[in-house]
Amino acid sequence: MHPYTTDMYEGMLAETIMLPGHNGEIINAYYARPLGPGPFPGVVLIHHMPGWDELYREFTRKFAHHGYLAISPNIYFRFGHGSPDDMSAKVRGSGGVPDVSVVGDIDASARFLKSLPLSNRKVGVFGTCSGGRQAFLVACKTKSFDAAVNCWGGNVVQPKEKLTPAQPVAPIDYTKDLSCPLLGLFGEEDKNPTPENVRQLEEELKKYGKNYEFHMYPGAGHGFFYYPSVAYRPEAAVDGWKKMFTFFEKNLETSGRGR
Amino acid sequence: MCTGIVETAEVSGSAKGPRGWFKLEQVNVSYDHPSDAPLEHALNIDFVNQKEGPSARLAVELSPESARKLVNAILTTLSYAASAVSDASIRG
Repeated sequence: MHPYTTDMYEGMLAETIMLPGHNGEIINAYYARPLGPGPFPGVVLIHHMPGWDELYREFTRKFAHHGYLAISPNIYFRFGHGSPDDMSAKVRGSGGVPDVSVVGDIDASARFLKSLPLSNRKVGVFGTCSGGRQAFLVACKTKSFDAAVNCWGGNVVQPKEKLTPAQPVAPIDYTKDLSCPLLGLFGEEDKNPTPENVRQLEEELKKYGKNYEFHMYPGAGHGFFYYPSVAYRPEAAVDGWKKMFTFFEKNLETSGRGR
Repeated sequence: MCTGIVETAEVSGSAKGPRGWFKLEQVNVSYDHPSDAPLEHALNIDFVNQKEGPSARLAVELSPESARKLVNAILTTLSYAASAVSDASIRG
């Protein structure tokens, strides 16, 4: 966990930036980093279905506070601009954000972090809800990441009738290509993914000998990190964050950071 | 649960959003995360006009029970309206 002591200097820079995303198209992103020379590991945060919102800015700053170069790209950028809830509604009504542009934007965000002089060249990916699904997807479709965290990503297991032009392949079908260790955090009362969906994914991961670690929280459903909502489950959330930072520390070589 | 359950329909009429009245062209009905309602999932209805931008939206987020009440209220009202129109046409 964060080696904070009351006598240490601490600073952070957090701002909106523009960067080339999928196909080199310019998108915006929220970027936060600790002050100091580094080298720092990086994390790309994939926002949830409710949009590129205040919660994801908080999450991004939380990673920076813990010593990571953190970036949260706006994967809804191509749909235009408005309030986060209006944009989420627009994307929802338009059939969802295409997997292909998400993979491109997240991959480009990892390249951006690795290109920084402050970077230790290790980058993880984290996402919740639809972002959890996309974190798994991008960890299978690219080799850009050293660790991936899927928090209650629904539709990783996707029956054929639920496939759409925007989401043409179920991510579970890419499991053999998973290119980094995976941490999964799930709620026992979630309806998507259900515990059965999680078990199916686990079987597939075992089948291909993948490095993974899953935790299933009793009494929690979908979105148990979201403190502004009724889904919030404090005990599960506190433990989940702890497990996540331990996982990233282990896989992103965070020892010897320059802060 | 992020369900991805969405149904859309073309509609005509008007709705009043934050910038005043706008012409409707589409309604999106979903069962998914609400933005504001204190529910894990809600029946979300978005009356929109994409041509006028994302803020041309009238949104409601209802519990499933409330959504059913709304559907019943609409259908009941429409059935009364059909009778009223029919009675009026008979009376000439």
